[in-house]
Amino acid sequence: MPNTSHNDDRIGAKFRELQKKGEGALVAYLTGGDPDPKAFLANSTALIEGGADIVEIGIPFSDPIADGPVIQASSMRSLSNGATPLGILGMIRELSSQFSVPFVILSYYNPILAMGLDNFLKKARESGVDGIVVPDLPVEESDDIRNLALKHNIDIIYLAAPNTSRTRLRTVLDKSKGFLYLVSLYGVTGPRDTLSPQALEAVKTVKSLAKGKIPVSAGFGISHPEHVSAVIQSGADGAIVGSALARIVGNHLDDPNETETQLKKTVQSLKSATRLRPG
Amino acid sequence: MKKHAEPKPRPRPGKFGKYGGQYVPETLMEPLRALEEAYNRFSHDPSFKKELASWLDGFAGRPTPLYLALNLTRHVGGARIYLKREDLLHGGAHKINNTLGQALLAKKMGKRRIIAETGAGQHGVATAMACAALGLHAEVYMGSEDMDRQRLNVYRMRMLGAKVHPVESGSKTLKDAISEALRDWVTNVQDTYYLLGSVVGPHPYPTMVRDFQSVIGKEARTQILREEGKLPKKVVACVGGGSNSIGIFHSFLHDLEVDLYGVEAGGESLSPGQNAAPLVVGREGVLHGMMTYVLQDDVGQVQTTRSISAGLDYPGVGPEHAFLMTAGRAKYVTVSDQEALEAFKTLSELEGIMPALESAHAASFAMKLAKNLGRKDSIIVNLSGRGDKDVEIIAKHLAQ
Repeated sequence: MPNTSHNDDRIGAKFRELQKKGEGALVAYLTGGDPDPKAFLANSTALIEGGADIVEIGIPFSDPIADGPVIQASSMRSLSNGATPLGILGMIRELSSQFSVPFVILSYYNPILAMGLDNFLKKARESGVDGIVVPDLPVEESDDIRNLALKHNIDIIYLAAPNTSRTRLRTVLDKSKGFLYLVSLYGVTGPRDTLSPQALEAVKTVKSLAKGKIPVSAGFGISHPEHVSAVIQSGADGAIVGSALARIVGNHLDDPNETETQLKKTVQSLKSATRLRPG
Repeated sequence: MKKHAEPKPRPRPGKFGKYGGQYVPETLMEPLRALEEAYNRFSHDPSFKKELASWLDGFAGRPTPLYLALNLTRHVGGARIYLKREDLLHGGAHKINNTLGQALLAKKMGKRRIIAETGAGQHGVATAMACAALGLHAEVYMGSEDMDRQRLNVYRMRMLGAKVHPVESGSKTLKDAISEALRDWVTNVQDTYYLLGSVVGPHPYPTMVRDFQSVIGKEARTQILREEGKLPKKVVACVGGGSNSIGIFHSFLHDLEVDLYGVEAGGESLSPGQNAAPLVVGREGVLHGMMTYVLQDDVGQVQTTRSISAGLDYPGVGPEHAFLMTAGRAKYVTVSDQEALEAFKTLSELEGIMPALESAHAASFAMKLAKNLGRKDSIIVNLSGRGDKDVEIIAKHLAQ
């Protein structure tokens, strides 16, 4: 059983450990239960064996307004196979009992509300969840969940965008725990061929305001090792890759072994790109 | 009094009790702030108000009549039934009240690309009309299922110069069109104005759209006092997102002796997936940026909806309605597909007025209410739109 009596700060510890080694963190995302529980567990294992530093698992939602077609499709696959928040927490429990990487949940607000904030966070903690990202819950609406997350020793990870004002950035940086999730572009999630023109500038701005007090990880449209090394070299402490991995799952639905092989190989090359810190 | 005491948390603007708010991706917080600021500035600006009033009168056709439906009144045998004739507006529905207001605001904000969602197509058409008149470029998201059942409106939008994007995700109806419009906005925040069509979504939309639609109630209240010398017993309007109903309710909110009824789509039945009645059979949740009542399953997945009228086919509802219901100020009921069809027939044959299927829901419930009231009482039905767009669907059903 994970210890719930004190904050293990496993996410913070992971970033500190990587910083000592001169590496950035690779945060690898999959939608929970996609395409089915068994394959999802195998795919998550492939991410971890490939070298993911933190695993981010999505709770699928019927109306994912921040997500592009790839994650919409993965959410639909998972939901049509009967995935529920509780079921996915059960899968995370299996993973967290075998692997020591930190686990972060990404969920839209409604499934959390439906389970009850306190109940959701309690069960998440019992399953070994270390942090939570809620993409449709800006800091202004989040007092309740933040207080409860503190009680249950779960880091609440806020998002910042290229157009977040400096005043809001300070608030978001101040209230975020674990790391800050920087949306590196104007748009929804999805694989992109090139890094957005805003990405590197946004990383630099946010890093300068963070003053080293909280790690900053960049996500949305980070798809290739070159993107990962570019954001890390611009000062990001981590890179978050989601759609590029969910797309692999969608592309090889009839060949689970190929999915695992591809996921592991892709994560390996993304991870190597985090080792290219300057200095 | 101490001047520099700890600032007390005060209710944030855009909250109706616990409902409303801004549950959106971070990228939208800045454009929503800019929109709120622009709206606060222009809505108090006399020259903006004058310009909008002139568009509403000259272009849209305001004020609309409050029409005493005498044949219907005699047929029902109770209260005098008045119809607020929003169906006579340009485009055939109340939607133009809001699209002119927002399109004018967008223009003042310097945004030339306008995006919108549409269900039945009425808001899409009203957006296309306002944008054409004001020299703006309109792109409308519409569920592919709605495009099939409201083909006429798709043609109209295209002829008015708007681009129509079919939405193939989820249930391919209004809910998914809103999600897709939000995704477009997140991507194009810098040059794009999102012209939302109902009192839904994140703040400031529920407040702003209500303000633009409240012209309906302001006129209706003055008109009924002139006709009857007293307030009506009841005001009835249909509720999808809830813009025509909020629009007519608002001027009567403080007249506590006037009962307000919102009529949701009862569809086939009140079983899950067979209706679009979140206030009657849904529960609290968060959808499309607002805390409100939502049709959802036990684990918080939003349910598909069903209604003969595409304009009511939405699993959420404006947060102010959630507030009015829980505060006990307005009552919310349902009318089934079948009852709405019958009301369409009655109104067409007795009054020579073909109501939109949406508005037929309100008319149906109003007839039930009127029966139990005295002949000296009156009741107002918001006839939010005309039924031309629905003739194909109705012909199909009447043939069965």
